[in-house]
Amino acid sequence: MEYFLQQLINGLSLGAIYGLIAIGYTMVYGIIGMINFAHGEIYMIGAFVALITFLAIGSLGITWVPLALLVMLVASMLFTAVYGWTVERIAYRPLRSSPRLAPLISAIGMSIFLQNYVQILQGARSKPLQPILPGNLTLMDGAVSVSYVRLATIVITIALMYGFTQLITRTSLGRAQRACEQDKKMAGLLGVNVDRVISLTFVMGAALAAVAGMMVLLIYGVIDFYIGFLAGVKAFTAAVLGGIGSLPGAMLGGVVIGLIEAFWSGYMGSEWKDVATFTILVLVLIFRPTGLLGRPEIEKV
Amino acid sequence: MTAISMSSPRAIAWPAILKEAAMTAFVALLLTIPLVGLRTVDRPTGLGLETRWNEVAAAVGLVFLGRLGLCLIREGHAVTVLVLAAAATAAGFFIAMPTEALRVILIGGGAVIAIRAILAIRTGRSKLSQAERDKRMDHIAAQVQHASRWLGPIAVVVALAFPFTPLADRQLLDIGILLLTYIMLGWGLNIVVGLAGLLDLGYVAFYAVGAYSYALLAHYFGFSFWVCLPLAGFLAAMSGVLLGFPVLRLRGDYFAIVTLGFGEIIRIILINWYQFTGGPNGISGIPRPSFFGIADFTRTPAEGTAAFHEMFGLEFSPLHRIIFLYYLILVLALVVNLFTMRVRKLPLGRAWEALREDDIACASLGINRTNMKLAAFAIAAMFGGFAGSFFATRQGFISPESFTFIESAIILAIVVLGGMGSQIGVVVATLLVIGLPEAFRELADYRMLTFGMGMVLIMLWRPRGLLAHRDPTILLHGRSKGGSGGPAAGTAAAGGQGIAGGSAK
Repeated sequence: MEYFLQQLINGLSLGAIYGLIAIGYTMVYGIIGMINFAHGEIYMIGAFVALITFLAIGSLGITWVPLALLVMLVASMLFTAVYGWTVERIAYRPLRSSPRLAPLISAIGMSIFLQNYVQILQGARSKPLQPILPGNLTLMDGAVSVSYVRLATIVITIALMYGFTQLITRTSLGRAQRACEQDKKMAGLLGVNVDRVISLTFVMGAALAAVAGMMVLLIYGVIDFYIGFLAGVKAFTAAVLGGIGSLPGAMLGGVVIGLIEAFWSGYMGSEWKDVATFTILVLVLIFRPTGLLGRPEIEKV
Repeated sequence: MTAISMSSPRAIAWPAILKEAAMTAFVALLLTIPLVGLRTVDRPTGLGLETRWNEVAAAVGLVFLGRLGLCLIREGHAVTVLVLAAAATAAGFFIAMPTEALRVILIGGGAVIAIRAILAIRTGRSKLSQAERDKRMDHIAAQVQHASRWLGPIAVVVALAFPFTPLADRQLLDIGILLLTYIMLGWGLNIVVGLAGLLDLGYVAFYAVGAYSYALLAHYFGFSFWVCLPLAGFLAAMSGVLLGFPVLRLRGDYFAIVTLGFGEIIRIILINWYQFTGGPNGISGIPRPSFFGIADFTRTPAEGTAAFHEMFGLEFSPLHRIIFLYYLILVLALVVNLFTMRVRKLPLGRAWEALREDDIACASLGINRTNMKLAAFAIAAMFGGFAGSFFATRQGFISPESFTFIESAIILAIVVLGGMGSQIGVVVATLLVIGLPEAFRELADYRMLTFGMGMVLIMLWRPRGLLAHRDPTILLHGRSKGGSGGPAAGTAAAGGQGIAGGSAK
């Protein structure tokens, strides 16, 4: 039972991270119908920016942990958002009216570019970081211990999701975004600046991925330039599982994938956990292609 | 913001231009501060930071000047910009920049702006529109397509004669083998992507199945290469059917991601099932191929086997095996090509082309979509398996490292950059994607970086691929005989109208 609870907490925090990345996939797919293959690399860049910010403020002599974490969060969201914006501007926007394969190939190229860009600049070796938020919360007389970092991940994710849902449902930007998702041409006719909305979609997705990157850095304490690929594929799996285009679906899918991975690692050993994830992706696509919360798609002739 | 049609200079709106350039430079500043300006370095005490503000300053300055140059071209000052850009390019060769990469950016950026300026001077506009670029490139593509009728045989003859020319040393032959391997893989994948229109991101899985089939059969049962080659192809085709069957109902992007997932699953199985596959260490000592099982390429063959050089009365040379491998992959690649060229004219190939154009129309016309797609998948997988077992016998060592997603991406890039469905496009793209990096081996660190950027740039410049060719191989009326070679018909843009025009005649 204790072991079960332990894995549950691990899975939830992992799922929160996948969910945050998955939102970027699902929003972009919803609005321009492409798989943003470079999104995993954006998450990796977020983790690197967080690491660099931490080292920078450490060398400035700031040691108060809450402030350090806040600065890391803001800096990684900001700088990573700029990367997200630039990627869209350079590699996707000129291809918006092209055959469907072109943006995907462009995205794969961008993903390879960003990976090697970080590798050349920051080195290929993995970057270890000493724990910033050490300590555990012990429950049930010490049988279950929850590290503060994992707890913080879950709390921050819930807070972000709340804020993000408000942004999408209550603000005019969110309304414009949903309008573009429904019908870009019509939204444009009604005075929505479609290009700007799409840019902002990428910016929001990148900022959320940056949070995920920072969380991974804090929880595991080690990152390298290659983490984006696998996390990206799994987050995409989460987005598909939840129903692509649906925001709550992305979060739900992320949590499900995180839980499956945690329990699989906990009970069956960690070697085959990636196979388990991919198998789930295949099964979902075969038996329920619209995902858990997705709308069925009507095939138009 | 709009392109002007006259080339006469007019008063420059400096504030607006400077603002635009400054905004771009500001974005460049935000991009470069964290990752370029601050580098993490390993110190004995843990991770440390190093600052490189000079590189940030140089990068931001270059971006500012570049944007300014583009704005000025737009405003009709192309001649001035051309001189300045040419000067900057020349200066790039002499001025010391903080890093080699920035120098490349300076030279490349200067050259691009100079080309734009020349275009502007010639046409009076800063940029050709997408349609115009397409039209021009389509024209070139059509000419290449037409020329390939006689260019193809010449290329084959040159490739056949190459090992006997004095040029052919060990290194060039190795590069030739590498190029031909990728050409074969490209042609194989072209069946799925170019003909049947299915986006396969996991082609490397079949390459891996082929390579491991041969390696494991040779390792456990001592089968020779010539027995294993068809077996490897068969096993790869079977795995294609096995993987393809459940997923072929899926639509475009989902299909792509699932094939990617399968590619990864196969790689993870190869890593984790170490009792059988050798795990991450791979399999070494894979036997080399013999001369069709008759003779060996060794100086002193084992008891009871003949030596190749003795059999033909030649001086022993280690090059013999390399040349044999070269011909082997050349023949394998040509088989794939010949198969594709022929199958396009058969009902099967025509069904693939039809499926690529319109899935639903095919279903209503009574084409069994699943079977057709499955056939494409299995046949492409079989060719991938052949290439894989060739790879295993050439390397003598394989490990899961060789079958990562990046390999799939490279093969797919070859097919798409060349122009989907174009056989000659695959050759051109392979020369670009594999040949160029081989030629610039000293820039090893930047190879993948430029590869990624190159993929993006080619897509931006020509979204349908360099030599796109989507004309149906056989038309219903009129040009059915000359349809495959008709120069005017061999264009992508005219594809749709080509059909309409053909039936109207």
